[in-house]
Amino acid sequence: MAVVRTEGLVKTYGATRALDDITLTFPDGGFFGLLGPSGSGKTTLLRAIAGFVIPDSGRVFIDDAPVENVPVEAREIGMVFQNYALFPNMTVAGNVGFGLEVRKVPAAERKRRVAEVLDLVQLGELGDRKPHELSGGQRQRVAMARAIVTRPRVLLLDEPLSALDKSLRVEMQIELKRIQREVGITTIFVTHDQEEALTLSDQIGILRDGRLVRHGPPREVYDNPRDPFTAQFLGEANLFSGTPEPGGLRLADGTLIPGAPTATIAVRAEDLRITLDEPAAPIRLRARLRQRIFAGAMGTCVLDWRGNPLKAIGRDQDFAGLPAQGDVWLSWDSADMIPLSEG
Amino acid sequence: MSGSLARTDRLRALALLSPAYLWLMAAVFLPLSAMAFFSFLSDVPFGGRDWQFTLDNYRAFLETPTYATLLWKSVKLGLIVTALSVLIGFPCAYVLAKVVRGRSREALFLLVILPFWSNSLVRIFSWAIVLRGNGILGSTVDAILPWDVRLNLMFSPTAIVIGLVHSYLPYVILTSYLALQAIDDSLIEAARSLGARRRTILRRLILPLAAPGIIAGAVLIFVPVVGSFMEPRILGGRRGTYYGTVIEDQFVAVFNWPLGAALSFILLAVVLGILALASPAIRRATL
Repeated sequence: MAVVRTEGLVKTYGATRALDDITLTFPDGGFFGLLGPSGSGKTTLLRAIAGFVIPDSGRVFIDDAPVENVPVEAREIGMVFQNYALFPNMTVAGNVGFGLEVRKVPAAERKRRVAEVLDLVQLGELGDRKPHELSGGQRQRVAMARAIVTRPRVLLLDEPLSALDKSLRVEMQIELKRIQREVGITTIFVTHDQEEALTLSDQIGILRDGRLVRHGPPREVYDNPRDPFTAQFLGEANLFSGTPEPGGLRLADGTLIPGAPTATIAVRAEDLRITLDEPAAPIRLRARLRQRIFAGAMGTCVLDWRGNPLKAIGRDQDFAGLPAQGDVWLSWDSADMIPLSEG
Repeated sequence: MSGSLARTDRLRALALLSPAYLWLMAAVFLPLSAMAFFSFLSDVPFGGRDWQFTLDNYRAFLETPTYATLLWKSVKLGLIVTALSVLIGFPCAYVLAKVVRGRSREALFLLVILPFWSNSLVRIFSWAIVLRGNGILGSTVDAILPWDVRLNLMFSPTAIVIGLVHSYLPYVILTSYLALQAIDDSLIEAARSLGARRRTILRRLILPLAAPGIIAGAVLIFVPVVGSFMEPRILGGRRGTYYGTVIEDQFVAVFNWPLGAALSFILLAVVLGILALASPAIRRATL
């Protein structure tokens, strides 16, 4: 268990900055989710902590000790790869025991610890199987067992669930959280799936173009995204910008939004109300309904407001009275407006 | 699979397979059976000679110890050349597959397969120019080292080995390269993250996973080298008598085709026997 800290990490590949001055502390025993679109540098950051990527400048500390001169194999990390990277020439037990074998742990103890960790990931019976005989979810558990059996100081997970189908993924999220809690290892985890990051992490960090945009506890970041990128990346948010006036925010079409706190505000897709008749609410807009998307329990409405696409999410029956297309009224409560800085 | 093919699919498969199999029949099976037939004759069945069926040719191998001695010499040559080719070729393939990237890989690859593009006789004679006393190698070494060096590798087993390794090295490089390419880099990264050092990764991961390629390359080299005759003859001179050159003599110089054919089939049997003996080990390595 350890605190991991990065200080001013920079890594450039040609003209692109994969990491741009990343300073971040990953708390001891915490589950930290690194979230961002592809190419945002989240995997590069993880690999820099692992030691596979040598940063151009900046430092990585594990328990306050700088590790730039410590090669990957001596950093005492555990890593789960996106494709699991199980050794195809070894059995499950061989894979899990590999790290112990390398550390010259005596055979009897090795056997005991492998059995123990296989029980923890609920694969006790499958020690003699080869990786190609396992299902995706089982492989994922083996990869996890292999990474934690050496009791690493840090556990690094590179999109560990992205190769699984959706229902298995949700199941494995719960598993992953349980295992992490039981072992209590500082865990850093990369994903592009915001739901996964929100579900699993105690802390999240949002990256964009190699920069850390925002970090903090998931609920805090979600409720108060502060900047337009975070607002739109975490959940579906609709942005409105205009000129602040004493009475509120004057939008480009002349509509006044009373009580708007900043020049740019966000309204979550689930907080938008759509009605055919003009509502009594003080905040209301005229918009055009373009499309209604049915997706089971929840539905999505795609709208157009003066050329800007908007999205509303609700239970399908909330949208029941609406036509497939046409002019509608949008409204929301003033409490649902999220203040944003310019960005 | 084939059992479940529909009739039209089966016909199509037959049509697609038949050219290749007809060609293999004509090019391999027919000449080989002719040779098998010859090996049981007392003389060639053409040119108006008398011939009858006999086992004398095979008996000759058993009665003349020289043949067995030469066969053993050739097998040893095959083992040495194969071992050297693997030792030189595998690291080369590793660098090509895992270290260099992009254009320099293409360039290095070209250098590897270049020997394939040159005529084998040209290749061997150019080695003769390099290796002979006062040749390129001798003069260069003599010029660099301060004392008097008389380096004459020509007409020695060393020259034969050098020539053969040069000719057959690309096989093991190519087969090893393909096997190494198939190893996902993340496996090596995973092993490193678990604390394994280079040597452990090589021994526990890379060698076992590349074994099928290495073995395929080794077999591709061993089989022709045991029967080789051109390199021993040109680079070995008077000391270049091997099993392969004896067979060649039977066909070219002595005109005793039946004996040559019999010796060839004994070679074939011995090589197949060696591969069969090695196959349990091979299977263990590739599983």
